[in-house]
Amino acid sequence: MGKRELWKQIPTGGYSEQPGSTSSVRTGDWRSEVPVLEIERCTHCMICWIDCPDASFQVAESKLVGIDLDHCKGCGICVEVCPTKCIEMVPDTPGAGGVK
Amino acid sequence: MTTVEKKNIVAKSTASAINGGEAVALAMRQTDPEVVAAYPITPQTFIIEKFSEYVSDGEVNTEYINVESEHAAMSACIGACAAGGRAQTATSGPGLALMYETLWIASGMRLPIVLHLCSRSFSAPINILCDHSDVMAMREASWVMLAGSNPQEAYDQALIAPTIAENPRVKLPTTNVLDGFTVTHSVERVDSLPDEVAKEFIGEWEPDQWALEPGSQATFGALDANDYYFEHKRQQVEALDQAELVVKAQLSKFSEISGRKMSVIETYQMDDAEIAMLVLGSSEGMVRAAIDLARKDGIKVGMVRIRLLRPFPVHDLRAILAGISAVGVLDRAIAFGAPGNGLVLDVSTATRTMNPRPLLANYVYGLGGRATVKQQFREAISDVVKVAETGQEPMKPEYLGLK
Repeated sequence: MGKRELWKQIPTGGYSEQPGSTSSVRTGDWRSEVPVLEIERCTHCMICWIDCPDASFQVAESKLVGIDLDHCKGCGICVEVCPTKCIEMVPDTPGAGGVK
Repeated sequence: MTTVEKKNIVAKSTASAINGGEAVALAMRQTDPEVVAAYPITPQTFIIEKFSEYVSDGEVNTEYINVESEHAAMSACIGACAAGGRAQTATSGPGLALMYETLWIASGMRLPIVLHLCSRSFSAPINILCDHSDVMAMREASWVMLAGSNPQEAYDQALIAPTIAENPRVKLPTTNVLDGFTVTHSVERVDSLPDEVAKEFIGEWEPDQWALEPGSQATFGALDANDYYFEHKRQQVEALDQAELVVKAQLSKFSEISGRKMSVIETYQMDDAEIAMLVLGSSEGMVRAAIDLARKDGIKVGMVRIRLLRPFPVHDLRAILAGISAVGVLDRAIAFGAPGNGLVLDVSTATRTMNPRPLLANYVYGLGGRATVKQQFREAISDVVKVAETGQEPMKPEYLGLK
């Protein structure tokens, strides 16, 4: 028997008063492949930024600057939509992925 | 409330000759939910046809949504209720089956939706008539389940249901079971409360912690997985424990207002009974008639009718069955492959540590709308007498009226 009886303390029904808290949790650890973006061929058209279901493309001053690998699920949609084919998927090994 | 006030309310009630479906629609008109979302299915149609008239005639403020399926009906109710509105729907048999996934979402999100379930068999072979296959199929979905036996009870329970569901100690969806055709389509006298009395009884509902509304920030139905799902399910167990107390309080409060006594378990001729017949739903009338026949033959038999199916009123049942030597449990659905059918499993579990414990015999009747007449229940009573005399408890059910 749990002494703290946490079940009595948490909000009912899976309700959370802190929406958007996923940004503080690393959810990208179940992927098997990770995107690599070759920045020299990128035209900063932002199609990958629009289509990414996890908002993992990082932008600064209207330029693509990085990929949030803590939240990227490795779905590969960015590879499919990129008009210049500057993104490819590689095996998710330590240090792999991101803007090169 | 004084006796005079009580009598005044009872006197002001309107008696009408309406069927069970219309009786539920009438209670829904008095409830005036923000949203009703439903898909028509026999034998539920009387409810939503009549309620649609109220909507068209401007007698309610309800947003009525014609949805494309029962899955969508419950989903729309979930959204409406999460936004802080009262939401109701109605369905039958196969419609409930199509709604099954969302039944669990409604209870898991702790949304006090009210569902009027007009019991109907499952296909195949095709059958639109009454049995309790659908009722039994939703017992584990964490809903409070009230089952009536006539149009008056369908009306009464339709008014009581939201007050149970919305109680902050409960916060669980609640279903009002009325038997397909035998209740939904039978015209009987129904005494309805004056609108203002009904409205006062139902009261206003304010969600205690959540609402999807402009300006509020909240996440609903977030991923729980192995982190907190177990804990949320344990909370639902607690809510159902609390629900039993709330149901009793609300039945008692409603009884005072209406003058109609209601309990979680109804009994007939149990005071001096040695054996009992246990039933759920509208066959109560026929079972009472069979008991009258048996009483003329000198058999001390009584009737027990379960009104509150979930949470199952274990302690009340044990108190009622104390000293009873044998019980004939009448099941209107088959639990295929199970060691016993639905009701007998519940009763067997509830009575298992009683000492002495009543012997149980199980009878399956009325599947797919098959009429079961009083003589057949009378024969079952004779069979229960034999069980009591011989002490031989049958492990298999008998099938009443099987050709």
